[in-house]
Amino acid sequence: MRDGTPPGAGLGKDLVGLEGLTGEQIRTILDTAEPFKEISERRIKKVPVLRGKTIVNLFFEPSTRTRISFEFAEKRLSADTVNISATGSSVQKGETLVDTARTLEAMRIDMVVMRHGSSGAARFLADRIPSNVINGGDGQHEHPTQALLDLLTLRDRFGELEGLKVCIVGDILHSRVARSNIWGLLKVGAEVAVCGPRTLIPLGIEELGVSVFGRVEEAIEWSDALYVLRLQLERMKAGFIPSVREYNRVFGVSAERLERAREDLVVLHPGPMNRGVEIDSDVADGPRSMILPQVTNGVAVRMAVLYLLAGGKPEAAEAAKQGEA
Amino acid sequence: MSSRPRPAGGPGGRPVLLKGGRLLDPSRDVDGVGDLLVVDGRIEAAGGTLEPPEGCEMLDADGLVVAPGFIDLHVHLREPGGEHKETILTGARAAAAGGFTTVWTMPNTDPPIDDPAAVGFVRAEGERAGGARVMPIGAASLDLAGERMTEIGEMVAAGAVAVSDDGHPIWNAGLLRRLLEYTQTFGIPVLQHSEVRELAGFGVMNEGKVSTALGLRGQPNAAEAAMVARDIQLAELTGGHLHVCHVSARQTVEQLRMARERGLSVTSEVTPHHLALTETAVRGYRTDAKMNPPLRTEEDREAVRQGLVDGVIDVIATDHAPHHYEEKEREFDDAPFGIVGLETALGLGMCELVEPGHLSLAGLVDRMSCSPARIMGIDAGTLRPGSPADIVLFDPEERWTVEPEAFLSRSRNTPFGGRELTGRVHVTLVGGVERYRRSVPDEAA
Repeated sequence: MRDGTPPGAGLGKDLVGLEGLTGEQIRTILDTAEPFKEISERRIKKVPVLRGKTIVNLFFEPSTRTRISFEFAEKRLSADTVNISATGSSVQKGETLVDTARTLEAMRIDMVVMRHGSSGAARFLADRIPSNVINGGDGQHEHPTQALLDLLTLRDRFGELEGLKVCIVGDILHSRVARSNIWGLLKVGAEVAVCGPRTLIPLGIEELGVSVFGRVEEAIEWSDALYVLRLQLERMKAGFIPSVREYNRVFGVSAERLERAREDLVVLHPGPMNRGVEIDSDVADGPRSMILPQVTNGVAVRMAVLYLLAGGKPEAAEAAKQGEA
Repeated sequence: MSSRPRPAGGPGGRPVLLKGGRLLDPSRDVDGVGDLLVVDGRIEAAGGTLEPPEGCEMLDADGLVVAPGFIDLHVHLREPGGEHKETILTGARAAAAGGFTTVWTMPNTDPPIDDPAAVGFVRAEGERAGGARVMPIGAASLDLAGERMTEIGEMVAAGAVAVSDDGHPIWNAGLLRRLLEYTQTFGIPVLQHSEVRELAGFGVMNEGKVSTALGLRGQPNAAEAAMVARDIQLAELTGGHLHVCHVSARQTVEQLRMARERGLSVTSEVTPHHLALTETAVRGYRTDAKMNPPLRTEEDREAVRQGLVDGVIDVIATDHAPHHYEEKEREFDDAPFGIVGLETALGLGMCELVEPGHLSLAGLVDRMSCSPARIMGIDAGTLRPGSPADIVLFDPEERWTVEPEAFLSRSRNTPFGGRELTGRVHVTLVGGVERYRRSVPDEAA
């Protein structure tokens, strides 16, 4: 720290959400991810950046892609990793979250990546242990690394995020992906809208600085990018929508609807998709789809977050991946 | 003759003379320096300079306000079943420490207080506790299930003062109608936790901007106000006494204002925390700010405060809801609702109402003592000679910092820890007997 730059780009100890970050911090993470992209393209996909660090992936909710993406990021940076999967909440498991945290801490770990069903669980853990905590999704609150990989994907495509018009379509009410993207996009200067049935749009969303479209056709005409959310099928049983069929009819993103979109509009989706519900296959598999680049960028963004929280300096990332750290 | 002397101030004990305090009795528009004499548990004389009778005990009230003891119509003392949170003994003593001389206890214990034997248990434990008077509220429905009416007459005979299913709303309109009719025989109110469950859902905080940002399930104002609107119709239909618990939403205040204008027998309460805090206190997922009804917006806070000032809301009640620290030390969704309130109520009332000029000191004493006595017909809330000597002595200017560890309550779940408050209770007399005296640090040390 000869030049006085704080380690980790001043992110602090944890990455709990994007609400608490500045646009500059977010751009730093994205910039740091750039050099890490290349590692995954190598024949030997491993660099010694996090050698000797112990990372626990603590997943209280089932997750395939997020957990695997983190695990690849950790392993490609040479960290030692342990995966803990617990179904249901810690309460159902019989141990409280605070006890789980203390137990892990007593084993002298360096970082925890946690996915948990309760909003605020990541903050709760971060406040109680000295290790770095990375939120892998907490309830309906935030999923910051997902939004970061989405921002990286949009930046790759458009070159610039400022002024970009992004509309998030679907179940905003229950979506941590939506919240993190709203914060992240707003902080880097994008314009954000949401669209979906009013039953799935939370009260007070406009006060966060986003506009609301009632009809997906209007959203499509306005947008540079459509961010299509997964529709949890249980929302129908809970009475938020009358049927999945009707949802697709009214809000589904289809090739036909996209005919009225601007030529370079892109479509993102956090996965896993319900084909034929919120997104039609000809869109998901079509030229506008960013879905696979999103997944690829996920590993690089998570490497960048791990590197920065471990104290790495953004400007040294290029050298670090060459093994010079 | 008993070998043990009877306590001073109480029946058969030595008289007690409170010397030189500021007698503040809003029930008679009295506010001035004077003495007050307690004989046999009752106020013998109040005002002017009084000569101490023979064998009298003196209590120096110089610099202190001498007021009718506070009455809290809404506390949870958790016994039976939740003794790790609070007992009737610790709760009654915490109440006395807060200047309360009477508390009404909610029946949502485990098992609930839904029969005369359980009512008698609470009453007996309350008498043994040696704190504030403990008055049991009986359950309105058996097992608080909202289906069948309890034996209200039997419970009243055993000492119940009201009925409520608090914690749950009495959601069945037919049952509430019958309750508002049936209770008239006994002259007791029905205390309603107003919440349309289909609207409150599993909400853990106010629904709005903050719940949206935090990703927490919200309860809209309409969940409360819609139930109150319905219940006011039932009060009008029946003529029964409906008391609306812990008003939190501005639309509820509008409903209550309308009921007041129509002269209906509808009363209500507001908690100190709904007067002091808004939903932003939840930020950071602070479980000590999780309560039901939830903390609302600044607009709602102003509305309930104005309602209290105008008399549309009759009283301050704490909704004292103790929880063990480990129950609150968990994910926000899983933490229980409620905070303790008995030992911070006066200080919050001073800071939120009197200091900013919303209420006079007499107005605050009225909302905490005279008004609850008046609306519920309790023989207290006054310094009129002949009344029970339920008296609080407090310093209205003393500043102190809330230290939850120092609470007499068994629980420490408060969002006000570390906050500086004005106004501190020094002595509490219940039936003339000293039930609380603040231990003052040894000045010689």
